Amino acid sequence: MVRVGVLSLQGSFLEHVEMLREVGAEAVAVRRAADLGGLDGLVVPGGEPTALASLVRARGLEDSIRELVGSGVPTMGTGAGSVLLAKRVVGAGRAERAVLGLMDVAIVGSALGRRASSFVAELDLEGVGRVRAAFLRSPAIAEAWGSARVLAYADYPGLGRLGAAALQGSLLALTFHPELTRERRVYGFFLSMVKR
Amino acid sequence: MKLVDSYEFLERLRDLIYSLLELRDRAAEEGLEIVPLRRETPLVRYGVVSTLKGGVIMDVTSEEQAGIAEDAGAVGVMVLDKLPYDVRAAGGVARTADLNVVLRVMESVGIPVSAKCRIGHAEEARLLESVGVDLIDESEVLTPVDEKNHIDKWSFRVPFVNGARSLPEALRRVYEGASMMRTKGEAGTGNVAEAVKHMKLVNRDIATLRGYLLSGDYEAVWYYSKENRVPYELALLTARLGRLPVVNFAAGGIATPADAALMMWLGSDGVFVGSGVFKSQDPESRARAIVLATSLYDDPETVVEAQRMVSERAAMVGIDVRTLKPEQLMQVRGE
Repeated sequence: MVRVGVLSLQGSFLEHVEMLREVGAEAVAVRRAADLGGLDGLVVPGGEPTALASLVRARGLEDSIRELVGSGVPTMGTGAGSVLLAKRVVGAGRAERAVLGLMDVAIVGSALGRRASSFVAELDLEGVGRVRAAFLRSPAIAEAWGSARVLAYADYPGLGRLGAAALQGSLLALTFHPELTRERRVYGFFLSMVKR
Repeated sequence: MKLVDSYEFLERLRDLIYSLLELRDRAAEEGLEIVPLRRETPLVRYGVVSTLKGGVIMDVTSEEQAGIAEDAGAVGVMVLDKLPYDVRAAGGVARTADLNVVLRVMESVGIPVSAKCRIGHAEEARLLESVGVDLIDESEVLTPVDEKNHIDKWSFRVPFVNGARSLPEALRRVYEGASMMRTKGEAGTGNVAEAVKHMKLVNRDIATLRGYLLSGDYEAVWYYSKENRVPYELALLTARLGRLPVVNFAAGGIATPADAALMMWLGSDGVFVGSGVFKSQDPESRARAIVLATSLYDDPETVVEAQRMVSERAAMVGIDVRTLKPEQLMQVRGE
């Protein structure tokens, strides 16, 4: 059974744990650097980007997570978790800047306005198919370069068609929340990366 | 059973309630239009709230305080005209915050902005929804305008949070469409005792219901729902989940990092801090410390570190709840 860590500092981590167990993975909560040992995969759930960033920094988790990702452990960031993975954060408020800086993508933070950026939409996710995606104060992928590739697009109200998912090597960024629409196939896709 | 299951169940419950209302309206041939709700569905509301878990929402009265809260890593701010402690001191009628202040806070911070409306005051709620707040607290801290009814929260697009002292009270609010719950505690006292009491009461009732379910005693679940005036379906859902069917925060009297960690140990999904931060002498470090202790409550080293970031001499002076007269209690408003 594969062992997937879920960063459980802040955000919808409970639902991720539930979904991972549903698709047959062992899910463990990650709160400290010591919890990162022996993981086959890591999920960085969405929460409030500024809160997540300050907690990751306060616990000095940036380097340990970078090391884990550097060693090739597949990592999936969802919602605000995708902001944490990005190398560039655009339209940033004062506390929004690159946190882990791992993926060659530019992410528009919560520049979508408030409730307007929360909606449920169907989108075509390359490698998975049509999925129901919950965007909750969600960021958007404005640009991908290098070996990073956009896997799905969504029509963001007021912003137009922007990236909703990107893949770069062992890194998967989803600006939406697959844990809240119970998209098992998205987890299956991630687990196939883990098992590879 | 999973938490997401309950979100879907509640969404279907809303649809059921509305289809019944539509039938009623058709029968009466009144031609009343049912509020369109497709754009921001219940799932979106439960989902937005679910991303707040493990976080702290802080009461603020100005942009400056909101900035301090955001920098400290709060997941949201709650805009009030006066902090609960001052509401208590000022007496009189407490109403929703100045909309201009709400708007200025919304412009100045990126984190979710909430505001309180009075219990039963649907118009204050509509105003807050129109200016675009992320979450509305139908709060006993403000003076209720309706002693009998709460707002019909299904008819709003914005998520609501309500306070509760017991499980039946919480489930009644969920049935009315609340997307999130919190303990009532006794706001503005800097005394976490009532919040502890309310959280434990809720937990014990959940354990009792779960016990009925595990022993196959559905009749007892039925009896519980009748006795306590809660819908049977929600009592059963709670029994199956083993927790409240929506995200549940602690609130009312949290003043120190240790208070926050205690409430997390009791099963809270996060914490509201009212007067605790900005009625203290060390708001910046206290805000950061409470954020740390809430998220990492089960890591003793972190909680010690957090507690050392604040000085007990700088904490707000608390009020012993037993010295309050019955009419001074906020928790009894709206059951």
